Amino acid sequence: MIKVLFFAQIRELLGVSELEISENEISVKDLLTLICEQNKKWQKIMQDQSLLASVNHQLVDFDFIVHSEDEVAFFPPVTGG
Amino acid sequence: MHHCHIEITERQIDPSAWEGWLEAHEQDGATVTFVGKVRQDEKTFIKSLFLEHYPVMTETVLEKIAQKAIVRFQLTRVVLIHRVGQINLNERIVFVGVSAPHRTAAFEGTQFIMDLLKNEAPFWKKEQTLTHEHWVEPKKTDELQLKKWHL
Repeated sequence: MIKVLFFAQIRELLGVSELEISENEISVKDLLTLICEQNKKWQKIMQDQSLLASVNHQLVDFDFIVHSEDEVAFFPPVTGG
Repeated sequence: MHHCHIEITERQIDPSAWEGWLEAHEQDGATVTFVGKVRQDEKTFIKSLFLEHYPVMTETVLEKIAQKAIVRFQLTRVVLIHRVGQINLNERIVFVGVSAPHRTAAFEGTQFIMDLLKNEAPFWKKEQTLTHEHWVEPKKTDELQLKKWHL
């Protein structure tokens, strides 16, 4: 299982903060496609060029390969401080 | 000896609690502190902010930023406290305090920490006015500030 988290606008847009995806090995990009296929409304986030992804708390590119038991997160650019 | 203190809190930040710790080292000639707070916007009339973050990743990123600053500017001590949750107008959002032998390193180290935090730490601000709320967009100027450090 891959644990997937969403934050801020992305969480609100999807209406969920967490999902579990049953895959052993998949790229971040394909994982996002798989998630967005589940709901038509969700496909909007696929077009969001500013979307960021992390795997196990490290920022990664979308071609990064994720494995089962990894924690993936999708979120917008950060605005702290 | 602990060189840095990282904290994410839902409580009000009290910078005075860290003065003694920052000034304790006899070889340090400088301490610099920075406070970022919720400010009024003349157009939108902000009454509060909601700060969301990504637990664990936030602490990991802040720790890395502090360690980079310690190495790059030879800082002796670093305090980095960021508030999350509901924060009212004029309350503190972030506190950075550093100590170093000389002032230039302390000033630059503080700015370096804030520039990295603004661009890399997983926090998201939602502004709340009397009538509505909206997520804050990242500022281009924050990205430009980061570039000057040639990371």
